[in-house]
Amino acid sequence: MNGLMLFMRRIWPQLLTLAVIVGLISIMFPGFFQISIANGRLYGSPIDILNRGAPVALLAIGMTLVIATRGIDLSVGAVMAICGAVAAWGITEGYGLFATLAMALAAGLACGLWNGVLVAILGIQPIVATLILMVAGRGIAQLITEGAILTFNHEGLIFFGSGSVFTIPTPVIIGVLTGAIITLIVRRSALGMLIEAIGINLRASTLAGVNTRVLLIAVYMTSGLCAALAGIIAAADIRGADANNAGLWLELDAILAVVIGGTSLLGGRFSLIASLIGALIIQAVNTGILLSGFPPEFNLIIKAVIILIILVLQSPTMRTVAVFFSKDPVGASDKEKETVAP
Amino acid sequence: MPQSDSQPLLRARGVSKVFPGTIALDGVDFSLEAGEVHALLGENGAGKSTLIKCLTGAYRRDGGDILLHGEIIDPKCTIDAQGYGIGTVYQEVNLLPNLTVAENLSLGHQPTRFGMISTRAMNRGAREVLSQFGLDIDVSRSLESYSVAVQQVIAIARAVTLSGKVLILDEPTASLDSKEVELVFDVVRSLRQRGLGIVFISHFLDQIFEITDRVTVLRNGRLVGSETTSDIDRVRLVNLMLGRELEQEVRSHGKTHAAAGEPRLTFTGFGRKGRIEPFDLSIQPGEVVGVAGLLGSGRTETAEVMFGVAPHDSGEARRGDGTVLNLASPRDAIAAGFGFCPEDRKTDGVIADLTVRENIALALQARIGWMRRIPDREQRAMANDYIRKLDIRTPDAEKPVGLLSGGNQQKVMLARWLVTNPSFLILDEPTRGIDVGAHAEIIRLIEDLCKQGMSLLVISSELDELVAYSHRVIVVRDRHHVAELTGGDITTDNMVRAIAAPEREAIS
Repeated sequence: MNGLMLFMRRIWPQLLTLAVIVGLISIMFPGFFQISIANGRLYGSPIDILNRGAPVALLAIGMTLVIATRGIDLSVGAVMAICGAVAAWGITEGYGLFATLAMALAAGLACGLWNGVLVAILGIQPIVATLILMVAGRGIAQLITEGAILTFNHEGLIFFGSGSVFTIPTPVIIGVLTGAIITLIVRRSALGMLIEAIGINLRASTLAGVNTRVLLIAVYMTSGLCAALAGIIAAADIRGADANNAGLWLELDAILAVVIGGTSLLGGRFSLIASLIGALIIQAVNTGILLSGFPPEFNLIIKAVIILIILVLQSPTMRTVAVFFSKDPVGASDKEKETVAP
Repeated sequence: MPQSDSQPLLRARGVSKVFPGTIALDGVDFSLEAGEVHALLGENGAGKSTLIKCLTGAYRRDGGDILLHGEIIDPKCTIDAQGYGIGTVYQEVNLLPNLTVAENLSLGHQPTRFGMISTRAMNRGAREVLSQFGLDIDVSRSLESYSVAVQQVIAIARAVTLSGKVLILDEPTASLDSKEVELVFDVVRSLRQRGLGIVFISHFLDQIFEITDRVTVLRNGRLVGSETTSDIDRVRLVNLMLGRELEQEVRSHGKTHAAAGEPRLTFTGFGRKGRIEPFDLSIQPGEVVGVAGLLGSGRTETAEVMFGVAPHDSGEARRGDGTVLNLASPRDAIAAGFGFCPEDRKTDGVIADLTVRENIALALQARIGWMRRIPDREQRAMANDYIRKLDIRTPDAEKPVGLLSGGNQQKVMLARWLVTNPSFLILDEPTRGIDVGAHAEIIRLIEDLCKQGMSLLVISSELDELVAYSHRVIVVRDRHHVAELTGGDITTDNMVRAIAAPEREAIS
């Protein structure tokens, strides 16, 4: 069996879910697939899903790696706020675009380093360790913005939120590029296997000589970096840094995206692509509810119901039922396997 | 089994318990008389705790009967067993440390007055109960304010008041010092006089001989013997535990010493507080050093200190050319050319969800770093090579290793280290829990490796096995390396004698 087939076998449930949801939306809202070009940029609902989904997709990339090590990163929403604040502060202080971006990304890496040290060196449970920054992070962001919404009007920075390259919105390009680069790094190097080994059995991995501490810190730093990118996009989109609301609750969407993507919260085997599709599923649900014209007070409940259905369909019990009815029960046991598509 | 006219207090008849892949108990008989302290002995995985759990209903047994006073009983859970009169006290006191002594004793059946708990009646009852156990303490203080020994006695008191016929003590003395042990033993003796049947589990041979009337030894899930304690000597007891019949003649002795040239590794004063006392050890190329000792004697600790799992805090290790080795972590040890197959394959060894290929490549990959990924083709070639060489039974290299049998997992562990081409390999119980065929293969493999010049340290509770492949055997007891046997002195008899020697008696 070649790599591509294994890869498709791994992600087909997510792809199918996405297709069903998009199908439902297009029934309720026939104009869904209309895409137009205005001012050199693509417009339309599918583009909107990709564009709006980019921040959660970015968070989900880092979150997938963290969860694969049997950890979790609750701080990503707050890190978005910090990095957005740093970016807004840097640009308003006149540091120039390049220096501003570098500072914002460095802030994300520093946040990841903090989480990583708490988890890998001090041995604090990830959920508690990252909770600290989740709570404190918004305070830090407020200190940077001095309590106000720090607005800016720098075209170069705004480009990251609402600009486009060859008609494609910048956030989509950043999301796709980050996903592609990190997937390549993780799967073309041995990182992927080592991260999975840590998540499945930390002690055995340490005994086999895996540098578990360094890898754990690196994984949390990657998560911080992804959150920084998402934070820059979020700030650039509204042309200002809102310490209280930037990235609020997005850590939960990111975790949900990873779970919908089929990576177990118990660590081990992971798929970045499946998590990215998971992020798109969440955004498609959000957009679909808005488009279908339900009263907004129903939105959260409808979203919860849809996600519940997705998770029930993916649950181990349903899988057992599926295996029971499938003609290829042996093949179904290989479902956890994943290799990179060529 | 003595078939006396009087019914024993508690009797297990042909009790079996099967776990996926292993038979934990294979038709075990066990009988406990009223008014006796009965030791239950055996190495790790012998089936002691499985038997206890079957007796107390914590496990559902797969076969056999449990009889109390000759009547068949079927406890479905531990509370059920308490109702029949069977109480258990575990090594870790499982009471509630933040409640008072009296509350702990009466938890679940507090005396009430007008629907309210009557603290006075409860405290009075608790004092009465404890006075029977020779304890005169303030029962209104919290449990945690007392020493572990007193807590242990309180746990016994609670178990006896609730059950009152059979008391199972699962390593009650493991964390006590000698004075505290006496305190617990006094209580055990008085309970024996009151006619309770007491099952006593401990790894300390001295305590077994001090307190018990009879011993039953289990090994690999089977009953190997049940005798009166005064009729058995230490050597025979160790023989039973380690599975060697006394009648068996000394049929083989260790190999003559390997080439007595430069040692490859020299450990001097190497040790770690609370794990293993400092020891000296040097190992030649192509030499197999065996380590013999009972569970908890310091045999695994020796390996873990050497491999940097629990880094040493005294002494140093040098290579043959005199350079000092840094062994502060497994990574350091691996960099120094060490390899280590731990005793517990499941928790410390294999990465269950990774494939056979990935498990084999893991240590090598970790050593060369994440950036230089071993190409898939090489990984597959490596895995297939060792699947063939070690005869690993798996449909292909892409099978998750957790789905393989124990022996094959062990071979995957060996393969993981062999691909790193180590100069010094530590094997902790390489043949535990694997079938006879794989057993022989692994022994052959050990011999092949040392012919190729690899140095090995092999820890095993199978003494015959150590005799078969060791050039030298270190005997470990009470966290000390107490004896070193070489050449013709390597016999199971000598090992058993060194293991069984009572405390303080030096053997050289």
